[in-house]
Amino acid sequence: MTTETQGYSDGLGAGAKTVAASPRDRAKQELYTASQWKLMRMKFRKHKLAQIALVVLGLFYLVAALCEVVAPYQTDRDFQKHLFAPPTRIRFFVEEEGASRFVGPYVYGLKGTVDKKFNRTFAINPEERFPIRIWVRGDEYKLWGVWKTDRHLFGTAEPGYLFLFGTDRLGRDVFSRVIYGTRISLTIGLVGVLLSFLLGLIIGGVSGYFGGSVDELIQRTIDLLVSIPTLPLWMALAAAVPREWTTIQIYFAITIVLSIVGWAGLARTVRGKLLSLREEDFAIAARVSGVSEWRIITRHLLPLFLSYIVVAITLAIPHMILGETALSFLGLGLQAPAVSWGVLLKDAQQIVSVALHPWLLLPALFVIVTVLMFNFLGDGLRDAADPYSIL
Amino acid sequence: MLLPYIARRILILIPLLVIISIISFTLIQLPPGDYLNMYIMQLRASGTTINEEQIGQLKFLYGLDKSLPEQYLLWMKNILIDGNFGNSFQYNRPVTDILIARVPLTAAVSIATTIFIWLVAVPIGIYSATHQYSLIDYFWTFISFIGVAVPSFLLALIFIWIAFITFDISAIGLFSPAFEDAPWSAAKVLDLLKHLWVPVVIIGMSGTAGLMRTMRSMMLDELNKQYVITARAKGLSELRLLMKYPVRSAMNPVISTIGWMLPGIIGGEVLVSMVMNIPTVGPVLFTALMNQDMYLAGSIIFILSILTVIGTLISDILLVWLDPRIRYEEVAQ
Repeated sequence: MTTETQGYSDGLGAGAKTVAASPRDRAKQELYTASQWKLMRMKFRKHKLAQIALVVLGLFYLVAALCEVVAPYQTDRDFQKHLFAPPTRIRFFVEEEGASRFVGPYVYGLKGTVDKKFNRTFAINPEERFPIRIWVRGDEYKLWGVWKTDRHLFGTAEPGYLFLFGTDRLGRDVFSRVIYGTRISLTIGLVGVLLSFLLGLIIGGVSGYFGGSVDELIQRTIDLLVSIPTLPLWMALAAAVPREWTTIQIYFAITIVLSIVGWAGLARTVRGKLLSLREEDFAIAARVSGVSEWRIITRHLLPLFLSYIVVAITLAIPHMILGETALSFLGLGLQAPAVSWGVLLKDAQQIVSVALHPWLLLPALFVIVTVLMFNFLGDGLRDAADPYSIL
Repeated sequence: MLLPYIARRILILIPLLVIISIISFTLIQLPPGDYLNMYIMQLRASGTTINEEQIGQLKFLYGLDKSLPEQYLLWMKNILIDGNFGNSFQYNRPVTDILIARVPLTAAVSIATTIFIWLVAVPIGIYSATHQYSLIDYFWTFISFIGVAVPSFLLALIFIWIAFITFDISAIGLFSPAFEDAPWSAAKVLDLLKHLWVPVVIIGMSGTAGLMRTMRSMMLDELNKQYVITARAKGLSELRLLMKYPVRSAMNPVISTIGWMLPGIIGGEVLVSMVMNIPTVGPVLFTALMNQDMYLAGSIIFILSILTVIGTLISDILLVWLDPRIRYEEVAQ
C-alpha cells in the first residue's frame, strides 16, 4: 500500500518539477494522467490474442466486402466434368533431369475418369502446366452492382482449374462458395446484434423509464424468453418464414428471428450492469457532491457502460453466427441459391458423401475460426474495459 | 424456511406455464396456411378430386373450423384433463403415443449431459486455478476455447464422419440393433448407458468449456482472499483448505449457471439428435415443423419448455439450499 502511494506521488512530482524527466518517469506520468479510453487502448495492446483476432476478423470482413474479387469463380459456375474434384494441389517446383527447379506456384491439368465401380477419380496431366497468377481474367461480374469487371485476385488461365477446396456435387468450386458465404454469415451476426441491441435499448429504456408494473412485466417477459430453449424457438420461428420469399427477405427474416431471442439476454445483462453501476460508490459520491444526474450519467456512468456494451455485443455476435449456421444447416434458414456457411454445410449432411469427399466439411473450419476470433476479441475487450484489472 | 420458498416458486410457475403454453400454441400458428392446406394440395396433386363440402368435413374432423382461442382452450382442456396433447396429423396418431418413448430419452440425455458437464468442468476448473499458468492450465484453456467455438452439430457431424471412415458405422443411435424395439429391461438400460456417452459428450462440450472457465475464474477470485492465507498460515492441509472454503464459495455462481445452461443443453440435444438420428424429440420436432403438424410441434415446444423451467427451478432451490445468504434475503423480503 505504501509503495503504491509512493509511486503515485513520485510520478506526479516528477512531472510537476522538471520537464526533462527520465523516459521511465514520463511513461509513468502518462499512465497516471491517461484518460479512460487511453488506458483501455493500452490494456488492449497487451492482449496479443485479441489483437490477432482483430486482424483476422478485419481480414474476414474485407473478404466479405470484396468476395467477388477474392473468389476465383462465381458461386453458380459449375464444372460439369469436375464433379467432386478433390482440392487442387499447388506445386512450386518442376522436376527436370533429376533436379527440381523453383518456378513459382502452378497446377497441373485435371482429367476425370470413372472407374469400374463408377467411382470418380481424377488424374493429373503432367503435360499441362498452368501457372497461378494474381489479378487474372475470369468470370465477369459487377462489384457491388456498380463496376463491371472480370478481374479476380488470383486464379489460373483456363482450361486449367484451381479448386483450393475441391468441388461439390454439381462441380462448383467450394473455395469460391466459402468466400461468397462469408458475406451472409458474417453480416448476419452484425445486423442481428445491432437489431437485438436496438430492441434491447428501446425495451430496456421503456422498462427503466416507466418503472413499476411496466418494468416488472418486461422483466418477466425477458425471464420467459430466456427460459424457453433457444434452438426449438428459433426453429419454430424460422419455419414460419415463407419458402418463396427472396433471399433478401429471408435474410432479414432470419435476422429478426435471431434477434427476437437475442435481445432478451442482452437487455438483461445490460440492465443488471446499469443498476449495479448506479449504486457504485463513485456514483453516490458524485450525487452527494451535488453533480447533476445528467452529468453523472454522461460523465461517469456512460463511459464505463459503453465499454461494457461493446464487450457484450462482441460476445453476442458469434452466437448469432452459429444460430444462422445451425438454421441454414437444417434447411430452415437461408435457402440455395443463397450461399452461407450453413447452406454449404447442409451438403455435408450426407455422411456417405462426406466420407468420400471430406473437403465438403471445410466451411466448418471458417465457422470455428470466426467464432474463436470473436471470443478472443471479446475476452481482450473485457479485460481492457475492466477498470480493476492491472495494467 | 426452505419449504415456503419452494411453495412460492411453484406458485409463480403456474402463470409462467400458462404463458409458455400460449406462446407454444401461437408459434405453430405462425406459418401461413395449415396442415389441411398441405393435405388438400397433396390430395389434388395425386389426382384425388375434393370438393368444398369434403374440405368442410375435414376441417371439422381436425377441429380447424373453430376460432383460434377456442382451439387453444380445447387443446389446454384436453391436456389438463386427460393428458391428451391432441392428434398428430402427419402420423395420424395421438401426440402422446409418439412422444411417450421420446420425451424420457430427451430428459435422460439432458440430465446426463448436465451431470457430465459438472463432473468434468468443476475438477478441471479447480485444478486450473490452483495451477494457474502451468502447462496443464494452458492445455485446458486451449480446449475450452475450442469447445466454445465448435458448435455441437459440427462436433456431431465430425464424430459420425470419423466413426464412418474408421469403423464403417453409419448410424449412431442410442441402442444396439438388438434392443431397438425390445421392451424395457435391465439389459436395455445397460445398452442405453453404453451408447449414451457419445451424444452426452458432444452436447456437453460447449457447456463444459464455459463452466470450466467460470469455475477457474471464481476459484482464482477466492484464492486471493485473505481467509485463504489465514487458513494456510494456521497450518490447514491444502486439500482440506481448498475443499472446505474456496471451492464452496466458488460453487455458488456455478450452480446458478444451470439455469442458463439448460435451454442451451436442451436446444443442443434437439440439434445433435437430428444430426445423429437419435430417437429423442429432436427429429420429430423437425419433421413436425416442416409439415406444419401443429399439435405435435406445439406439444414438443411446450414440453421442452416445461423441462427447462423445472430444471431451472431445481437449480434455484439447490442454490438456496447451499447458500444461506440467499435464503436470508428472500426471507427479508
